[in-house]
Amino acid sequence: MDIRELVPKKLKKQFNEIDFEVSEYLDELTIKLPKEHIVKVCEFLKKDSDLEFLLCQDLTAIDWAKRKNRFTVVYHIYSFKNNFRLRLKADVDESDPAADKADCSIDSVTSVWKGANWQERETYDMYGIKFNNHPDLRRMYMPEDFEYYPLRKDFPLMGIPGSIPLPKK
Amino acid sequence: MDRDLKEVHPKIIQALLDADTDITVEDALENEMILNMGPQHPATHGVLRLVLRLDGETVVACVPELGYLHRGYEKLAENMTYYEFIPHTDRLDYISPMANNVAWVLAVEKLAGIEAPPRAQYIRMMVAELARITSHLVAIGALAMDVGAMTVFLWNLREREKVMDIWDMLCGARFTNSYTRIGGVANDIPPDALAKIKWFIDQFEDNLTECEKLINTNRIFVERIDGVGVISKEEAIDLGFSGPNLRASGVEFDIRRAQPYLNYDDIDFKIPVYTEGDSLARYFVRLDEMRESIKIVRQVLDKMPEGEIILNKPKKVLPHKTEVYTKMEELIHDFMIVNFGINPPAGEIYHSIEGSKGELGFYLVSKGEGHPWKCKIRSPSFNNLQSLSKLVVGHMISDVVAIIGSIDPIMGEADK
Amino acid sequence: MGLESLLKGDGFITTTVDAIAAWARKSSVWPMPMGISCCAIEMMASGDPKYDIARFGSEVMRFTPRQCDLMIVAGTVTYKMAPVVRKIYDQMPDPKWVIAMGACTATGGIYRTYSVVQGIDQFLPVDLYVAGCPPRPENLLNALIQIQDKIGRTKVSDFKNSILPDLNVIQNN
Repeated sequence: MDIRELVPKKLKKQFNEIDFEVSEYLDELTIKLPKEHIVKVCEFLKKDSDLEFLLCQDLTAIDWAKRKNRFTVVYHIYSFKNNFRLRLKADVDESDPAADKADCSIDSVTSVWKGANWQERETYDMYGIKFNNHPDLRRMYMPEDFEYYPLRKDFPLMGIPGSIPLPKK
Repeated sequence: MDRDLKEVHPKIIQALLDADTDITVEDALENEMILNMGPQHPATHGVLRLVLRLDGETVVACVPELGYLHRGYEKLAENMTYYEFIPHTDRLDYISPMANNVAWVLAVEKLAGIEAPPRAQYIRMMVAELARITSHLVAIGALAMDVGAMTVFLWNLREREKVMDIWDMLCGARFTNSYTRIGGVANDIPPDALAKIKWFIDQFEDNLTECEKLINTNRIFVERIDGVGVISKEEAIDLGFSGPNLRASGVEFDIRRAQPYLNYDDIDFKIPVYTEGDSLARYFVRLDEMRESIKIVRQVLDKMPEGEIILNKPKKVLPHKTEVYTKMEELIHDFMIVNFGINPPAGEIYHSIEGSKGELGFYLVSKGEGHPWKCKIRSPSFNNLQSLSKLVVGHMISDVVAIIGSIDPIMGEADK
Repeated sequence: MGLESLLKGDGFITTTVDAIAAWARKSSVWPMPMGISCCAIEMMASGDPKYDIARFGSEVMRFTPRQCDLMIVAGTVTYKMAPVVRKIYDQMPDPKWVIAMGACTATGGIYRTYSVVQGIDQFLPVDLYVAGCPPRPENLLNALIQIQDKIGRTKVSDFKNSILPDLNVIQNN
């Protein structure tokens, strides 16, 4: 059976309580799922002997700049056996009444693929999405004491003057 | 400057001290030393900072720190049109600039649903392979220079100058040339550039043999990098390696074969694979890849068809200047494309090519406007550097230098 | 020098001594390559066999600041990297000069973003700016010749009373 039909079928059979949204655009298969189940689904996709998605190619987030479900975390995973690339998406909401700015969180997949470690740190640095159970969640590119999250849509391109100090002449 | 007092920042120290060792003393640093291989260092390829924890001369733990060259590319891409971003892609992997141009333009063309004419595709293949040759020349030269053989570096740079002359004739710039355009390439190949390319590939193999005779059987070079920085096949896949580093660990994976782009399925070439997974294997993979690239360029030159080099689709591709100056519709299209962008349909795409360091991919999300809503650059050096903290444990400081040289990171790409 | 303090002004001996010292300084300018990004590749290319920089006296490009007198800042300087560049500059002994190579060091270049310093003259005193993105190696050699002319016009007394910068040396662990 073609891999594009095999993957959603196996997922639905294994996890029939999760509702997946499968879509296809320009020959690329995208599966969207709620963020609570992401680690279970990724473990299944990696360990299943037909699918074997061993390589985590990319991990990033999109900021939609609207009120509900502001961020979407996107995973690109690849299977050597079937020569197939799959995209997984999970929505992360921003508003959580108990906390302040950086409060949105999702479970980390570093237990499944070790290569996702730095990519999640970069996503945290740029967007402020926290990853639960991450072994070492620090900022990646900006200095440690930087207060803002640069790739959010409300941060200006030219930066906020004075946010990082400069040595005197 | 009070920034200096926080130089070795507490969080980095904590990460360093938490690395798994079986030393349990009250003062954890009693026998050990923390060494900072700072951002400015002759042997780190660019601005990479390593904080090492040493027991004598042996490395116990290592934490790399990036971000010293973070220029904000992804945010820049959200604010400019697809055409305006082409010069920025040059500066990503600045050793092989043509390959990045090709990668970006292919991703945008796939999103917009257009395809370049065949002659342009063959020209793109040729310049991408020449870019791979220049990148591997510098990688091998820098590795040899770090280990101690300085002559190889200078001889490789001499070969590289010849390729830069070719590019100078093709598009006017010897370096950071934004040669490709959406829908084709900028200029056709002039006859003297063609003659020079043919001359170059005829004499390159002999010169390469001359350069590698210096070090291939040299006992010092081989013993310094043999068995250093070994990574097994499963770990390499788990950590997200790609490119020559992955092929040196036994995984036969090349995007030119697995998901061919341009016209790579018409060309006959081998993929060199070694199974040892150490630095010497990575060095040999790069040497063999250069020879394969010469074979590819030769076949491309034989098979190149005649024809136009840029697509004639006025709403998505910039029209030719003679028509812009004489006809009305082309003038309007030129104005709209330059000011507002090409407006591809709403959707998303991830397209990757086999760059010289690994898999270089672009993830674009478009909302139908002239500039992308989100652009993510999947850079191979960033993912390859993740493994550094695992590879150097147990080796000496001088091996750290050899390992970095064999992984071959470029900080412009890793820091975006 | 003690002799010069006896003979004040522009006498015969002082100007000859000035000329010899200036000639010696300008004929062997040892650059310290602060190679950060793409301009560093063109700086390496100016040292290769085709555009040999060694024939102008810059025989070695030492990577330690203690032995150099010219710092070539090549590449984009970000806010995170700026204290490092400043520290290396402070570690160089007098007399020293700075070349700002490329558009990124002069004004920030094509990056008008939150993390790039818009010009290194905000925290370093610059002697010469080289235009280009990246400048060709011949351009860099031209800049080196102009720096040599500038050095050739200095006098020994220019560097007599320079203030030593105050370095924060970290003593704690």
